[in-house]
Amino acid sequence: MSAFVGKYAEELIKNAKYIATPGKGILAADESTGTIGKRLSSISVENIESNRQALRQLLFTSPNALSYLSGVILFEETLYQKTSDGKPFVEVLEESNVIPGIKVDKGTVEIAGTNGETTTQGFDSLGARCQQYYKAGARFAKWRSVLKIGPNEPSELSIQQNAQGLARYAIICQENGLVPIVEPEVLTDGPHDIQKCAAVTETVLAAVYKALNEHHVLLEGTLLKPNMVTPGSDSPKVAPELVAQYTVTALRRTVPPAVPGIVFLSGGQSEEEATLNLDAMNKLEVLKPWTLSFSFGRALQQSTLKTWGGKKENVGKAQEAFLSRCKANSEATLGKYGGGSAGGLASESLFVKGYKY
Amino acid sequence: MSCFLSKYADELAKNAAYIGTPGKGILAADESTGTIGKRLSSINVENVEENRRALRELLFTAPGALQYLSGVILFEETLYQKTASGKPFVDVLKEVGVLPGIKVDKGTVELNGTKGETFTQGLDGLAQRCQKYYEAGARFAKWRAVLKIGPNEPSELAIQENANGLAMYAAICQQCGLVPIVEPEILVDGPHDIKKCAEVTERVLAACYKSLNDHHVMLEGTLLKPNMVTPGSDSPKVAPEVIAEYTVRALQRTVPAAVPAIVFLSGGQSEEEATLNLNAMNKLQTKKPWSLSFSFGRALQQSTLKAWAGKEENLKKAQDALLVRCKSNSEATLGTYKGDAKLGEGAAESLHVKDYKY
Repeated sequence: MSAFVGKYAEELIKNAKYIATPGKGILAADESTGTIGKRLSSISVENIESNRQALRQLLFTSPNALSYLSGVILFEETLYQKTSDGKPFVEVLEESNVIPGIKVDKGTVEIAGTNGETTTQGFDSLGARCQQYYKAGARFAKWRSVLKIGPNEPSELSIQQNAQGLARYAIICQENGLVPIVEPEVLTDGPHDIQKCAAVTETVLAAVYKALNEHHVLLEGTLLKPNMVTPGSDSPKVAPELVAQYTVTALRRTVPPAVPGIVFLSGGQSEEEATLNLDAMNKLEVLKPWTLSFSFGRALQQSTLKTWGGKKENVGKAQEAFLSRCKANSEATLGKYGGGSAGGLASESLFVKGYKY
Repeated sequence: MSCFLSKYADELAKNAAYIGTPGKGILAADESTGTIGKRLSSINVENVEENRRALRELLFTAPGALQYLSGVILFEETLYQKTASGKPFVDVLKEVGVLPGIKVDKGTVELNGTKGETFTQGLDGLAQRCQKYYEAGARFAKWRAVLKIGPNEPSELAIQENANGLAMYAAICQQCGLVPIVEPEILVDGPHDIKKCAEVTERVLAACYKSLNDHHVMLEGTLLKPNMVTPGSDSPKVAPEVIAEYTVRALQRTVPAAVPAIVFLSGGQSEEEATLNLNAMNKLQTKKPWSLSFSFGRALQQSTLKAWAGKEENLKKAQDALLVRCKSNSEATLGTYKGDAKLGEGAAESLHVKDYKY
């Protein structure tokens, strides 16, 4: 094969396929310490380890919510944390058939000579780190590359750098038993229309899959985490059916059928928007050789966070809010979402300009 | 879109999808004058225009055969030829719902500094030629790029040049209303095993689709004509199920779902081999978002040619032979071929010619 078939090949294929189970999706709970700090401060909660632990415990022990998840992406600190009863989070997840994943990139840095374009770091000792994470129970990884749309962006340099970076990260993961989630996020920032986003997304995805082929990545043991194709943040919104059409067309033109599942990022979309768009895609009557699901961070946690407000007495209600979003998105992966699981909080836009994880 | 939407976009998508209709496939009858000469000489028939015309009339008027075809690829001369009673071949085909196609490349030329690797010429004035062909009734085109497997082949240069050539050709065709068949043939010549063929095929196809994306080609209005993934000609043969597995996997890893159909070339395979392999692929229970069909030249015409032998009294026998192969391959596209085709003389004969040049 042109693909590297190492000792973990079968396991990778099995895990990637499981994560792509229709009716399930991923909770992205891998906010770095800095980023989770912003979330906590938005509800006036101090950014200390016990609060970070409390939030994740709230999420992972939400009654019945885990049945709608096939995976949870963790930040390194969280991978080694426990519940207040002393049970490792990893075990809590595994017991409910949720695969633990791990964020392995170390953030973005600017590419000199470009207009604010970035590349992602994290290669140093990546192999060794992956081995450690595998031992700790992780079975998939995530690495976020970022591209922006502008008059001269994304540049060929940025596209090549990020595509090559994703491919290199992916093969290292596979060598060490972790299913790589490939995430080439094209930011929503800007006044461009949906056609422009589609064109850029197609160009970026084509470059990513070319790079994955060059690096001998086993596609059957990967997942894709792309942006949905939408108008820019400064442009008028369009109906979910249109987002669905442009998005699925872009994917049909670039993502080989060997990839088992596509798990969308939510970008700055509100909880309800993200769910409606995902649902519209799954309702679309067109051939889709990969499952279409979610890997949402903000779009799964926003109303949960607000409901919690850092207070123990709110945990039950917060967990209900979380369950509600998980169930809604699960239905969306089956094209069966009926709408109406949106509280006022769920419709709040989560767009932050130039968003940095 | 990242693709250029030509004014023919809807028509291209419609025609490409039609060619991929399950149960149908393509007859590649586009042998250049030189190449058809070799075929004719193998049955002791003189290579003159009348004989070339007679052969093609035999094929296009074979009773019952055309229902199994969605397209026929023609050489330029044939596009303007007529039946003995004066009906243009193009009309004969159209009347039974078969789209006329046209070979537009001008053969291969060696790449300097490589070990016999080639690129394909034909880009000069291609747009004008395509417009003419469209006016004459053609609705799809074909361009053959060739790569070989060797210790250092295919080289990155050969892959890039051929992928780029295919993409440029495809973009021009679409601007002129012709669905481009993208054909990156990896020759079967060599002692390599099936894994090597798979590896090279995946690498080549990945490069092709990257190029097509770079050149803004609308994939929904294209077809792919690849080699099947098989052991090299000097290696032991394997079962159709193995060929099916390796071939479909290579395609799953490289060909986007937007491509409506994949129409295999037969390379040096015998008529029966090609049909059995195609059948095995269509039986395979796995993700196949494109239909899998045929674009066979030799593997559809071999026994027909032998049965005809250039003699008018053999017309019916020859047309019957073509019908058998067309029907068998139609069944193969549905995975229902039972291998019981009345084998004509030569149906099991290997059609491999080392270093085959069209």
